[in-house]
Amino acid sequence: MKPNDDESERSALSRRRFFNSMAAGAGGAALIAGPGEGRDPRLEAPPDRAETIRIPLTVNGRQHSLTVEPRWTLLYALREQLGLTGTKPGCERGECGACTVLIDGQVRYACMTLAVEAAGASITTLEGLMRGEELGPVQQAFAQEDAFQCGYCTPGQAMSAEGLLRKSPNPSVDEIREEMSGNLCRCGAYPHIVKAVQRAASMRKGGVS
Amino acid sequence: MLSQFAYRKAGSVQEAIELSSRPGARILAGGSDLLGCLRDGVFSADRIVSISGLKELKGVAATAGGGMRIGALATLAEIAGHPRLRQAYPALAQAAAAAASPQLRNQGTIGGNLCQRPRCWYFRGDFPCARKGGDTCYAIAGENQLHCIFGGEGCYMVHPSDTAPALLALDAKVRIQGRKGARTIPLASFFVLPSVDPRRENALAPGELLTEILLDPPEPGARGLYRKVRERGAFDFALVGAAIVLAISEGTVKKARVALSGVAPVPWRSEEAEAALAGKKLDQQAIAAAAAAAVKDAEPLSGNGYKIPLVRGMVEDALSALAG
Ligand SMILES: Cc1cc2nc3c(=O)[nH]c(=O)nc-3n(C[C@H](O)[C@H](O)[C@H](O)COP(=O)(O)OP(=O)(O)OC[C@H]3O[C@@H](n4cnc5c(N)ncnc54)[C@H](O)[C@@H]3O)c2cc1C
Ligand code: FES
Ligand code: FES
Repeated sequence: MKPNDDESERSALSRRRFFNSMAAGAGGAALIAGPGEGRDPRLEAPPDRAETIRIPLTVNGRQHSLTVEPRWTLLYALREQLGLTGTKPGCERGECGACTVLIDGQVRYACMTLAVEAAGASITTLEGLMRGEELGPVQQAFAQEDAFQCGYCTPGQAMSAEGLLRKSPNPSVDEIREEMSGNLCRCGAYPHIVKAVQRAASMRKGGVS
Repeated sequence: MLSQFAYRKAGSVQEAIELSSRPGARILAGGSDLLGCLRDGVFSADRIVSISGLKELKGVAATAGGGMRIGALATLAEIAGHPRLRQAYPALAQAAAAAASPQLRNQGTIGGNLCQRPRCWYFRGDFPCARKGGDTCYAIAGENQLHCIFGGEGCYMVHPSDTAPALLALDAKVRIQGRKGARTIPLASFFVLPSVDPRRENALAPGELLTEILLDPPEPGARGLYRKVRERGAFDFALVGAAIVLAISEGTVKKARVALSGVAPVPWRSEEAEAALAGKKLDQQAIAAAAAAAVKDAEPLSGNGYKIPLVRGMVEDALSALAG
């Protein structure tokens, strides 16, 4: 709340927040103003009420309709709403790559993307690389090349590898290094990660896809 | 978890302007800088106004006059991979390619890259520094190895953008839209030095939007590049960088632009280096003179004196590459 709010305004706001929280408790998703709704901004509810928005999201080919708070990141929605814990939280500041997913085929950090901003998009997570109960080629390649030690960065690495191979099926070593550079590995498994990407590329060509 | 905020997705530039004019409102383009600032409590937001759906701010296209128009929402990946930009404006395409990581280049927009907040650890950390309205720049007496050697007065941060010096070297213009209408200004007057106002990096007023970037047609005989030196080989901000654009005809430099990153609170044009090149043959002597001129007036802090030989060497190296 703004420090200069006077006393009467403050109690009016907290009353309103009380009713809003009641509504939320009863399972009612508060509607939000859509674009172009030109109402007096002074009449808007205070920002600390839990506004929620319903968004369509396709995840690993399945369509979902999620109710999200604007402040939720895609990382949070995937893990906590959909239970897809293959996407890892690391720095949550766009600095490590553990949370890498594909958004409409492009590699992105789920921690730096608001879930509402992904509305309507098609998301691929680590779970989406599986072939039924079997590991997909990128995952298999990481396992076969020992491309990890602790393994925490591996889901994000696998997603970057997948994103790379979708746009460039036969990458050079330099290309692999550059395109994998948004994923840090504290264990320093980089040489094996490069090999894993190369192996995944040939596995995909060999029909394991 | 971020603090609560209201979210509005603007359906038009006009609506974005109205929605973001209110105090406490913040514009979200890609969100890759905004979310980091909110998470670290650098500032707060009551309302996020998303402009990511505004089609009129997207795309990279040739203009009727032979130049280019880059929408504020064009991503860094789009710019780095654009065939015409790579061929005719290599300094810009290379700068975009050298910024951040593949994931961030898919998300980050050029408008957001120009408007991103500084990376100074005091500003990003829990310090009430001059840029947050306090009265001290903690870098003066503190840890300042990544801080500026030019233009610091009241605040010694360095502007974090790689694309800004490239656009500056290309004499780019930016178009700004607000409640009072639209204006087009040279990028050079977009950035604000701390001596003018340490609390903001650019000329945007609340509710104003950067809508597009305009590039003139390349000069005849133009060549250019962006060089970046960082602490590791990839995925890091510039320690120092240089965008250089030269127009060379009959062996002589007709026009030179040298813009540095990592050295000042704004992308820093070195008119001294430019003057040392103009009218000269691009030989070893001119190159050495320009590199020396680029750092002549540098004023290092206690921990960043290394930037002087680094800039000098980098400019010399970059000019040699352009001469070759
Ligand atoms: C780990 C990390 C490393 C990075 N490394 C580099 C690097 O090496 N080089 C580099 O140059 N950058 C780097 N960046 C910065 C990154 O490139 C920027 O975050 C990105 O370009 C910002 O674009 P965005 O669209 O995501 O901006 P947003 O986060 O949406 O916006 C950034 C700021 O600009 C404002 N804004 C955005 N668009 C407009 C507009 N059209 N009009 C008015 N205001 C606007 C927003 O309100 C916000 O304050 C890095 C970022 C991270 C997180
Ligand atoms: S958790 Fe997203 S980049 Fe580190
Ligand atoms: S395997 Fe441990 S961080 Fe990469």
